[in-house]
Amino acid sequence: MSVPRFWRKIPQRYNLEGTRCETCGRYFFPPRNLCPTCRREGKIVEHTFKGTGKIVTFTVIRSASDQFAKLTPYVLAIVELEEGPRMTAQIVCSPEEAYIGMPVKAVFRRLGTEGESGVIYYGTKFAPM
Amino acid sequence: MRDVAVIGIGCTKFGEWWDRSFRNLIVEAGVKAIEDANLAGEQIDAMYVGNMSAGRFIEQEHIGALIADYSGLAAEHIPATRVEAACASGGLAFRDAVTAVASGMSDIVVAAGVEKMTDVDTSMSTDALAGAADREWEGFVGATFPGLYAMIANDYMHRYPLTREQLAQVAVKNHYNGARNPIAQFQKEITIDTVLNSTLVADPLRLFDCSPITDGAAAVVVAPLEMAKKFTDTPIKVLATAQASDTIALHDRRDISTLDATVAAGNRAFKMAGLERKDIDFVEVHDCFTIAEICAIEDLGFCKKGEAGKLTEEGVTALNGDLPVNTSGGLKACGHPVGATGIKQVCEAVLQLRGEAGKRQIEGAEIGMTHNVGGTGATVAVHIFGRD
Repeated sequence: MSVPRFWRKIPQRYNLEGTRCETCGRYFFPPRNLCPTCRREGKIVEHTFKGTGKIVTFTVIRSASDQFAKLTPYVLAIVELEEGPRMTAQIVCSPEEAYIGMPVKAVFRRLGTEGESGVIYYGTKFAPM
Repeated sequence: MRDVAVIGIGCTKFGEWWDRSFRNLIVEAGVKAIEDANLAGEQIDAMYVGNMSAGRFIEQEHIGALIADYSGLAAEHIPATRVEAACASGGLAFRDAVTAVASGMSDIVVAAGVEKMTDVDTSMSTDALAGAADREWEGFVGATFPGLYAMIANDYMHRYPLTREQLAQVAVKNHYNGARNPIAQFQKEITIDTVLNSTLVADPLRLFDCSPITDGAAAVVVAPLEMAKKFTDTPIKVLATAQASDTIALHDRRDISTLDATVAAGNRAFKMAGLERKDIDFVEVHDCFTIAEICAIEDLGFCKKGEAGKLTEEGVTALNGDLPVNTSGGLKACGHPVGATGIKQVCEAVLQLRGEAGKRQIEGAEIGMTHNVGGTGATVAVHIFGRD
């Protein structure tokens, strides 16, 4: 994958900056600019998430593509944020530790490297609380 | 709208074709389908080709024209369109062909599907397949395609009574069927222990829970039902064509273990055909992973949520059961050349309804269904077929 793709300045890559629809009160992360419920009636505003949540479901990835191969085995989960929306993220814990319902909090981490000498890219993982 | 029938089918053997090219595979399937329909090439009005990722797998785009060209049809200048919806590309190409004929826009239309996946290594194909899900918010953070289905399996097993052995039985059953299908990639029976002793890929899914990486192509010819008898004595009628979509990311679904797009497409198909669940004699479902077959049986409405594991264990979905599922061997044993899968499912349904399915023939099959999924359920195509 190309360098610009990981260098582009998308704030939500680095912080849990999502959106909220003021019309119906729903929160969105990853952010949406159009509320699926209210559509054009919706009023979208920015919202920074608290970063706390719980594991809805998870797996242990043992076979990955090259960029993540060195990390295996790693825990991947769907996390439900306290405000409601769900997101996919790695959990910084051993495969044995993870369980459904586990409380977690967001941490800023290195996600991978573009080859041996390429750019390092960062994002959100979750750690046990 | 006009009634539509399938008048010809053709499929390559599925497998690892290191000595053959993309265009070589699709031309073989296409020629077989045209011969089966007793057609001349110049009678073809249009072509739709399902393909997920030729750009990543063989670095070739613009494959609609390429395939028309190498099928010897460049001088006919027919419309040739590539259709892409990840693993549901084939199902959608078929649906586009059916709607083109039903609308009256075209008469004789080829629907094909092809994928050449072994020209790149496993790491790169894993990466390409992850593009079927949400690249930016799933793949970017480390989700693999098996990993996403593993999270469905873990959620399912947390909420419903499904044993690891019942899940394995899906693969055992599909290998049994594949052993009776001459085009299958794996024509070998396995046991529950084969599955349980295989390498973990993404917990709880093991290697034998996963469909393989496959090269292959399939093609079918559709025509108005009123014209079909000119070409074949055994036209197979398309009783319903349905398609549905859902959120691209698994984490945004209403329910992680229910593919709502399967529910929607299934309901639309039954309504269009005017049929009930009990009318279906067999179904080809999208078993990219064993858990996907369990969900499909339930989401299509053949049993309640949480019951498909028990049905599988009891043999209801076996070749000699009340509802045979994946008589071709499914994606698991027949193989999963992504873009070709949806068309291969149609080929299998036609073979069964014509009574030409050989050792895996279901006695007296009259109505069959196909179910093709893109990604983790963001696109679903469902078709119902019947003998005319």
